[in-house]
Amino acid sequence: MALPPPDPQFVLRGTSAAVHALRFSCGGQEPDVPVLFSGSENGLIHVWNLKTRRVDTALDGHGGRSVYCVETMGGKTTLLSQGRDQRICLWDLAEGRTSVTSCVSTESVGFCRCSLFTVARGRWLMAMAAKAPEEVQVLELPSKTSVCTLKPDVGAKLGMPMCLKLWQHNSGSQPLLLAGYEDGSVVLWNLSMGKALSQLVCHQEPVMSLDFDSENAKGISGSSEKVLSIWSLNEQQNLQVYNTHRLVNAGIADVTIRPDKKILATAGWDHRIRIFRWKKLKPLAVLDYHTATVQCVSFSDHRNPGERLLAAGSKDHRISIWSLYTQT
Amino acid sequence: VCFIPGGLDCSISFISHVLGKVCVHGRQKEILSVLVPRLTDLTKSDCIWQRMCWRLVECVPDRWMEAVVLGFVQMTPRADVLSRLLGNLVVKNKKAQFVVTQKMLLLQYGHTTAVLQNLLGYLSLDGQRRPLLVKVLQELLETWGSSSAVKHSPPEQQQYISKAILMCLSHLKEAEIESCRQELLTSMMEGVKCHLDSSLPQTRRLGMIVAESISSKINTEGPVLKFQYEDDDEARELKSLLVQTPSSCVVSSLPDDDRNEKAEAELPLVLEGNKKSHTAAPVAPDEESDAELDSDDDLIPYDMSEDKELQAKAPVYIRDCIEVLTGSEDLDKWEATVKALESLVRKNPAATREVSVELAKILLHLEEKTCIEGFVELRQRAQVAVLTTDPLPVAKYLTSQFYSLNYSLRQRMDILDVLVLAAQELSYPKSHGKIKRSDDPKPCIQLLSGSDSSKDWRRIVDERIKSKTRRFATGQSQMELASGPNEFNSIAGHFFFPLIQHFDRPLTTFDLLGEDHFVLGRLVHTLAVLMYLAVNTVAAAAMGKALLEFVWALRFHTDAYVRQGLLSSISSVLLSVPTERLLEDMTEELLETQSWLGDVVEKDPDGDCRRMALQNLLLMENLKKKLQTVPS
Repeated sequence: MALPPPDPQFVLRGTSAAVHALRFSCGGQEPDVPVLFSGSENGLIHVWNLKTRRVDTALDGHGGRSVYCVETMGGKTTLLSQGRDQRICLWDLAEGRTSVTSCVSTESVGFCRCSLFTVARGRWLMAMAAKAPEEVQVLELPSKTSVCTLKPDVGAKLGMPMCLKLWQHNSGSQPLLLAGYEDGSVVLWNLSMGKALSQLVCHQEPVMSLDFDSENAKGISGSSEKVLSIWSLNEQQNLQVYNTHRLVNAGIADVTIRPDKKILATAGWDHRIRIFRWKKLKPLAVLDYHTATVQCVSFSDHRNPGERLLAAGSKDHRISIWSLYTQT
Repeated sequence: VCFIPGGLDCSISFISHVLGKVCVHGRQKEILSVLVPRLTDLTKSDCIWQRMCWRLVECVPDRWMEAVVLGFVQMTPRADVLSRLLGNLVVKNKKAQFVVTQKMLLLQYGHTTAVLQNLLGYLSLDGQRRPLLVKVLQELLETWGSSSAVKHSPPEQQQYISKAILMCLSHLKEAEIESCRQELLTSMMEGVKCHLDSSLPQTRRLGMIVAESISSKINTEGPVLKFQYEDDDEARELKSLLVQTPSSCVVSSLPDDDRNEKAEAELPLVLEGNKKSHTAAPVAPDEESDAELDSDDDLIPYDMSEDKELQAKAPVYIRDCIEVLTGSEDLDKWEATVKALESLVRKNPAATREVSVELAKILLHLEEKTCIEGFVELRQRAQVAVLTTDPLPVAKYLTSQFYSLNYSLRQRMDILDVLVLAAQELSYPKSHGKIKRSDDPKPCIQLLSGSDSSKDWRRIVDERIKSKTRRFATGQSQMELASGPNEFNSIAGHFFFPLIQHFDRPLTTFDLLGEDHFVLGRLVHTLAVLMYLAVNTVAAAAMGKALLEFVWALRFHTDAYVRQGLLSSISSVLLSVPTERLLEDMTEELLETQSWLGDVVEKDPDGDCRRMALQNLLLMENLKKKLQTVPS
């Protein structure tokens, strides 16, 4: 007899706008407070103190335009935020400061969340949608120099890039980029050559979100249709379809794999969060708390596995925090 | 009768005379049943016998020719036999030609399909006779295509002519079709138009089948005309006539050999081993060691039974429904509202009464925004619910809209349907508890078919007649059904009179007496039903009188469907109005109607009309008898 689905551990209220982006920063040692960053539609980035469960600070850097991507850059002292005002802002939050240190102008009017990748201490690669409709640009931060611009072939008709993920096989090898496009295909790009290594059509509808497990060379993508697609990368760097999973209701806004690669969470347009086991995509739980579409899900990076949390931000202005499968 | 072979010069004319005389006296069957088989055998291979046979028939005097030819055509088993026996009689003899090409095809229609096959096959078998075949086809098409024929000829004759046309088409060769292609096309277009204009579904279907066949013959490549109709046995039988089956033994070479090969050759079944291996997932996950799985087995899934498809919630208040239906862009909500509307209306009668006319207006104009199953039925049920909850103002609105400008015919007919269904609901005795929808004793008027409802009503009328006469004979032996007040009482007039008021006033877009006679037919049927449901109401007598006058005004209408409606109206009047009132107030109208009914029984081309008229006359007789025997 299966247990009924669990309730959220707690719920954060107070954003007064739809939540589009979430990022934990809980890896610090005591007395560092575990923190959750959330980006909302009213342009504010809230810094939640997970001990007191209240907002510590609210960052306003995007002029009231929606913030749809929030990334931490090595701890919680530096933050990257991307907004609909076509700017990517880098924040300095050390010692209580709340200032924008630098800004990158994206010139892209899409909703593609940028992807951040740590190359070395203090140096990152950032992939974002470029000005031209089908292109992806990769910049090095903080120098803001362009590493490459990835242009699909003429006639490929991929549409806008919808989601990006930078990753590398193992430390030392070149980082690669996985990009999901509007026509439903996922493309693997080689950054140094600026060429596409492999392309796979996973969905009939635009790819809304994707995540990749570099250890097992498997990735998952969610779309606006009812299918989740799992694909794998073989030795020749070719993408192949591994498995598909049919959902009850259409539309996935976000998909994320837990850092220990055991489970994954999807945020659905049907207001539900679904948890699957990553290995075989066995459904584990359906969390039905929110009353509007769930826009983002994020796993925390707690050092202690027993404290790991899952956060889900929704259009109903609430962020639900869950504690699931923390025993392993 | 034996013939002596040999080179004797016999005079056959005497035999011909005998044959003719016998046939004219009606004894074709007897004599020909002996003669024809003998002659068939004898003429099979022997040319002399064939010529003798021809002489025999040619020598029959003209005044008896018709009977003989008719007899031969009916008694021979196959077309090629007929060809052997009659030879080119039709070409040589004017009377025979008239009988074969005109009388049997156009003036008579009682012959069976086999006889028709014989006839037309015979015409097609010889080069000299083939021009006659083409001529026959043209004349048949002319008749088929004339609108007056479609309106006034009985359906059996129309079917006969259609069959003949199909058979002619099957016999014609490519070259001949080429030569008369233009005429075929024009007659087909005219004919299709007349047939589709008709209100009777059988006529429409006949027209469609014939037109399809003609089109397939004249356009051998390229797009062919295709209609949508009910494909039952009758249709299939008709279509099978278009293809000729090869005859077993043939004397003269048939020019149609190539076309005789039907596509009966069975398609070779190609069975392939379709068992492909599961190539959907090229990377086989089976190879993963099970050991890895076990370590994750401690992730116990939660209960996911609540995970169902999302459905939009319908609003709970009537006014919210109105908002959603008029303004909302949210299609899920719109769909949910449409589905839930009827039950909401019935559960909240007070709230509905406040906004009834507005709701009725919205529903009348409601168009299908998304693809819901059964949208038309849902809308109709909601309209009926609104109408029954607040009959007076909504009926006023609907009847006034029936005669307004700028409505489609479909909408006007919807109004009629809704009025009838609501009237039915209101007049059904509620003392039986909740209105049982599942076993509705009275049939609803169906949405799309027209003439079916008249059959149902005829059945009801029959039962009613039977029940009346039975009760008269044996007294009160049946228990009366529990009765309640007829809620339709106070509103019957409001449903009925506005509908009957303006039928003769044409509007720019709507002319009941002109082109829109289909709607007129539906209106008449609706009035009949409303009259029937108004039994035991106060207004019944007034309604009856108005309806009889209405019937009198329209009694000569050319559309059979309208006439059927008029006749069922008369039945309703006779059944619903109390007999005393009938005889007191409406004696003149009754007498006039009775004389018209007599006319219809004798002269109306439509079989259904004649039957209904007869029933009405019987009803009138019964009523008179009933009144006479009841002591005054």
